[in-house]
Amino acid sequence: MSIADGVVSPREFPTNRGGLCQKGWTSAELLTSPARLTTPLVRRDGDLRPAGWDEALDVVAAKLRALRAEHGPDSVGVFGGGGLTNEKSYLLGKFARVALGTSQIDYNGRFCMSSAAAAGLRAFGLDRGLPFPVADLGRADAALLVGGNPAETMPPFVQHLRGARLVVVDPRRTATAELATLHLQPAPGTDLALALGLLHTVVADGHLDEEYLAERTTGFDEAWRIAATWWPERVERVTGVPVADQRAAVRLLAEAENAVVLTGRGTEQHAGGTDTVSAWINLALSLGLPGRRYSGYGCLTGQGNGQGGREHGQKADQLPGYRKIDDPAAREHVKGVWGVDDLPGPGRSAYELLDALGQPGGPRALLVFGSNVVVSAPHSRHVADRLAALDLLVVADLVLSETAAVADVVLPVTQWAEESGTMTNLEGRVLLRQRAVAPPEGVRGDLDVLQGLATRLGQPAERFPTEPEVVFEELRRASAGGPADYSGVTYRRLRDGEALHWPVVAGGPAGRGTPRVFLDRFAHPDGLARFVPVEHRGPAEPPDAEYPLQATTGRVLQHYQSGAQTRLVAELNAAEPEAYVEVHPDTATRAGLAHGDRAAVVSRRGRTLARVRCVPSMRVDVVFLPFHYAGEGRANLLTNPALDPTSRMPEFKVCAVRLETV
Amino acid sequence: MRNVVVVGYGMAGARLADEVRRRDPGGERVALTVLGDEPHPAYNRVLLSSVVAGSLTPDAVRLHAPDWAAKHHVDLRLGGAVTKVDRTRRVVHVDDTEVPYDALVLATGSRPWVPPTPGLLDGNGALAPGVVAFRSLDDCARIVAEASPGTPVAVLGGGLLGLEAARGLAGRGCLVTVVHPVGHLMERQLDAGAGRVLARTLQGLGIEFRLGTPASRYAPGEGLELADGTHVPADLVVVSAGVRAETALAEQAGLDVDRGVLVDDALRTSDPRVHALGDCAQHVGTVSGLVQPAWEQAAVLADRLTGVAPAARYAGTTVVTRLKARDVDLAALGDAHVEVDSPDAEVLCFQDPARGRYAKLVLRDDRVTGAIVLGAPDAAAAIVQLYDRGLPAPTDRLALLLGRALPAGAAEASPADLPASAVVCRCNTVSKGQLVTAWRAGATSLSAIADATRASTGCGGCRDAVCGIVDWLAASQPQSA
Repeated sequence: MSIADGVVSPREFPTNRGGLCQKGWTSAELLTSPARLTTPLVRRDGDLRPAGWDEALDVVAAKLRALRAEHGPDSVGVFGGGGLTNEKSYLLGKFARVALGTSQIDYNGRFCMSSAAAAGLRAFGLDRGLPFPVADLGRADAALLVGGNPAETMPPFVQHLRGARLVVVDPRRTATAELATLHLQPAPGTDLALALGLLHTVVADGHLDEEYLAERTTGFDEAWRIAATWWPERVERVTGVPVADQRAAVRLLAEAENAVVLTGRGTEQHAGGTDTVSAWINLALSLGLPGRRYSGYGCLTGQGNGQGGREHGQKADQLPGYRKIDDPAAREHVKGVWGVDDLPGPGRSAYELLDALGQPGGPRALLVFGSNVVVSAPHSRHVADRLAALDLLVVADLVLSETAAVADVVLPVTQWAEESGTMTNLEGRVLLRQRAVAPPEGVRGDLDVLQGLATRLGQPAERFPTEPEVVFEELRRASAGGPADYSGVTYRRLRDGEALHWPVVAGGPAGRGTPRVFLDRFAHPDGLARFVPVEHRGPAEPPDAEYPLQATTGRVLQHYQSGAQTRLVAELNAAEPEAYVEVHPDTATRAGLAHGDRAAVVSRRGRTLARVRCVPSMRVDVVFLPFHYAGEGRANLLTNPALDPTSRMPEFKVCAVRLETV
Repeated sequence: MRNVVVVGYGMAGARLADEVRRRDPGGERVALTVLGDEPHPAYNRVLLSSVVAGSLTPDAVRLHAPDWAAKHHVDLRLGGAVTKVDRTRRVVHVDDTEVPYDALVLATGSRPWVPPTPGLLDGNGALAPGVVAFRSLDDCARIVAEASPGTPVAVLGGGLLGLEAARGLAGRGCLVTVVHPVGHLMERQLDAGAGRVLARTLQGLGIEFRLGTPASRYAPGEGLELADGTHVPADLVVVSAGVRAETALAEQAGLDVDRGVLVDDALRTSDPRVHALGDCAQHVGTVSGLVQPAWEQAAVLADRLTGVAPAARYAGTTVVTRLKARDVDLAALGDAHVEVDSPDAEVLCFQDPARGRYAKLVLRDDRVTGAIVLGAPDAAAAIVQLYDRGLPAPTDRLALLLGRALPAGAAEASPADLPASAVVCRCNTVSKGQLVTAWRAGATSLSAIADATRASTGCGGCRDAVCGIVDWLAASQPQSA
C-alpha cells in the first residue's frame, strides 16, 4: 500500500492482490495519533517523566555498564520483535553480542513461528515459510489449512485460496472455516493425532505416492509404524473428527492435481507444536506434495516481518543468514564481518529469558524492542512480576504500551511510514519499505537508538550505522553463504521492482533469487526430505473436575498482536472494544451466565475478565478468547507456559479453565 | 537392575516393551526379555480386517522394525514355546532353556473359540480343510489366498470382528453369508432395532445373513448346514465366534484363574512377582479382548516395573465399540439396552431403516451413559466425545442425536430481510445500514459503494452480497414517471 496526505491506498501486489482490510485502511491514523510518544521518558520518584535523549541514553548506558561490571555481560538481556525490519533485527543481534557481549537475546517470534521453523528445518533442511511464491497458491486445486484463520488475520490473502477446495482444521467454526468445503473440528490439543490419522488413511485408501517417496524422501517406515497405530476410528475418539470426514479430507487432497498443506499458529503454539507440524509435513510428503510445482507445504507468517525477523540474529540460537550460533564456521564468518575476536554462545529462549529476569543467574536488565510482553507472553501475571524484579527495564516503542508503562526508561521510536527498511514476507521475498513521511519531532529510529547506546558503551560509531541501506550492505555480507543468503539483494534492485526470493547469491546461479526452493532437491546434504517419526501426546494441561473447560486463544480482524497500536485507532476499537469470551450457549447457562454478561475465566495461573458471547458452533467444552486486550482482559493471564522441547514454544493454544460469574 | 521377562509378543507384550523403553530408554533400570511363540515380529491385530479388506499389506501392520529389539536393548526370542513357569526358582522354561526373572509378565493373549459344530475340526482337533479362524496374520494370509471374487464364503459369527471380516471379503467380491445363532447382529452392543438396521445396511453392500439359527454341520466342499435345515454354500468358512483367554501357562503355574488370569489394580496375579495384561487378564470381572485396555494396562505396568510411578493403578477402561467397515458408520457405547420408557433414564431413539440410520441415546443426570449411533457419522463422533469426557449433553438433544442429518437452517436471507446492523463486509466491518446510507448518498454502483464504504476491498468474499444489496436497492426504488 502507499500513503499520500495521510491517506492510505492499496496497491496491486501478489500478496494482497490489491486488497486491504480495516487494519490497513486505518493504519495512517497511528502516524498522527495523540497517543504517540514524542519524548523519552525516565522514571523518577516512581513516575515516568519526560527527559532529553542524551539524558535517557546516559541513564541506560550508565546502568548497563554498572551491571556488566558487577554481574558480567549476561546480566543484560534483549527482547526483540518479529515486526522489526531486517536491518533492525540484524543490528539488534549485533548490538547484543558485540556491544553488550550478552548471550541473552531472544524475541517474540519464538512465540510465533518457531515450531513451524523447527519442523521445516527437520524435514527439509531449510525453513522458508512458503518455499514457493504466494501466487502459486492460486494454482492449487485443494488446500488443507490447519490452525489458521486468514479470513480474520489477513483477509486479502484469502483470495489466493478461492480456486481451491478448502479443508480447514480448527476447533472453532471460524470465518475461514465458513469458507471451507470441509471443516474438521478437533478438540484443542489433538491435532497431532488427527494428522497421524490422515496419514494412516492416505496409506489405507491407496493414496501413498510411492514413487515420490523413493526418489525424494527418507524415513517413511518409522513414521508409518506410529501412524499405523492411529486408525481412523481411534483418531475419531481422541479428536472428535468423524471417520467419514477424515476420509473425505484425504480424498480431496489426493485427487487434486495440485494441493497444498498450510499450517498456522493454532496447530503450532503447543508444547508439542514442532512434532505436530512434523506430522502435517509427513502427510504432505506422503502425498508427494513438497518440492512439486504448484503444490507443497508452507506455514503462514504471523507478524509483519515474521520471516526476516527470524533470519538475522535476534534469536537466541542464531546468527545472520539463518546461521546456527553453535556452528564454528558460522561463528568465524560473522566474527570476520563484525571485526570481533569472540562471540557469546546460545542464550535462553523467549519465555525462559522472561522467567529468569531478576532471578539468581538471570538478567537484571532488559531492553525491549518492538514487543509488548506484558500482554503477549504466556502466564502474563508471572511475566509482569519478573519485569518488576529487574534493576532496569528499557522499552523502545511508538506508544506507551503496557510494557512501556512499567519501564524505567521509554524511548520513542519511528514506525512504518516514517522509516526505510526491508522486510521479508511469507514467501521469502525481500521487500523494501521506503520512508513516506517525516517522523514527529523528538522521535528517533531504532537504529539511532542502538548507535546511541553502543557508543556510550565504548563501541565505535561506524560499527552501528544508522542509515538502513548501510546496515543492509553489512547484512548482505554477514548473510553470504548462509541458508538465508541475501548477498545478491540490493536496495537498487528492490527499488527497481525485482521479485527477489532468498537465497539470492551475488554472482551465483541463484543471483536472480529462488522463488521455488525445493524443486530439484531439499536442503539436507543428501537432497532428500525427512519423514520424522512423531507420536501424539495431548495437551500439557488436560481438563479436570476443577478446570473442566479448555481455553484457546486467537485474533480478531480489527486488532493486531497485543493491540497496543490497534486499540488506539477509534474505528477499530469501536468494532471490537473489549475482551470477550466465546462460549457454547449451554456452557454459559450452566455457569449462570448469559450473552452479554461479564464473566471471569479462571485457570491455575490467573483470572481474566471478558464479555460473554454465546456461539452455538462452539464445542461445549471449549472457550475462545482474543489475546489483544490489556489489564484484566489479558487472555495470557490464563495461558500455560509449558514449552515445546525443540522450539521452546509455549502452549498458548490450550489450557484448562473454568467459567465464573462476577 | 530388574530382570523383567514378558511372555507373549502380541499387541500387549509389544506395547509393554515400548512403554518400558519409553521410560527407560537406555535399559538402565530394567533388563527386558520378550518371548514370542510366533516366528514373526509382532503385528497390529486391530488392522487385520484392513489386511483382509486389502487396504493394508501384511508388512504395513508390523508393530516394530526388524532392528527394533537390538536398537532398544530388548532380548527378543521368537518361535520358542514357553512350556513351564517355575515360581519357586523364578525361571521360565523356553523349549530346553531356562530364563530367570525378577518380575514375570504374562501377555499370552487369547485363542479363537470354535463352536462345537460337527465337521469344523478334523480328527486331530485341528481346523478342517476350508475352515479358517480369523485371529492371526497367518489366518489372514490363508483367507486372502482363498478369497477370489465370486467365492462363496460363510462367516461364523455376527459379532464385531465377524462383520469386519465379512465387509472386507464382500469388498473383494466374495459371496458372503454371515451365520449368527442369535436373532440380531452384535447383540452384546446393539438392541434388536439397531441390529436390524445394521443388517439391512450390510445387505446393501452384498452380505447375506442367516440369523437366529446355529450351524449344525460342516462338510468340506459343500458348506454349512444350519439347524433350521437350510444350506449355506461355502468354499471357505471363517470362524469368528469369540475368543477365550489363553490361561494354560498360568493354570499350570498354580496362579488364580477364572475366565482369565486374575489381576488386581496393580496388574498383579495371585503371585506378586507375576503380572498379567491384555486379553489373557481378568480385571474386576472383565476379560476385555480389546486393544485399548491392553494399552492402558501396559502404561500402568511400565510405570510400576520401571519405578517411574510405583503406585500407578489401572482403574478399568471406558469401552467404545466402533465397527471398522467401509461405508458403515456404527458406534456403540455404555449401556444402551434400556427401554425408551425407562423411568430412571432419559432415552431418545430415532429409526430410519430406509436410509440406514438408527440412533439411540441414553442419558442419566444429563450425561451420556449409553448410545448406539448408526449412519450418522458426526453425531457418533460428538456423542463419543461427550461420553469419554463426561461432559453434560447439549440441551438441543435432537441436534446431538442427528448431527448433520438434522435439516440445515433457513435458506439465506434476502437483502430485504437483513437487519440494518447486519455486517456484510467483515474485513472492513461494513453493515447493511452503512451500504444503504452510501447508496442513498449517490454511490449506486459496486465500485462507487466500495470507494465510499470500503466494502468488498478486503478478501472480496462479500462482493456478491454487496451486489445483491445494490440490486435490491435499485429494484425497490420507486420508478420515476
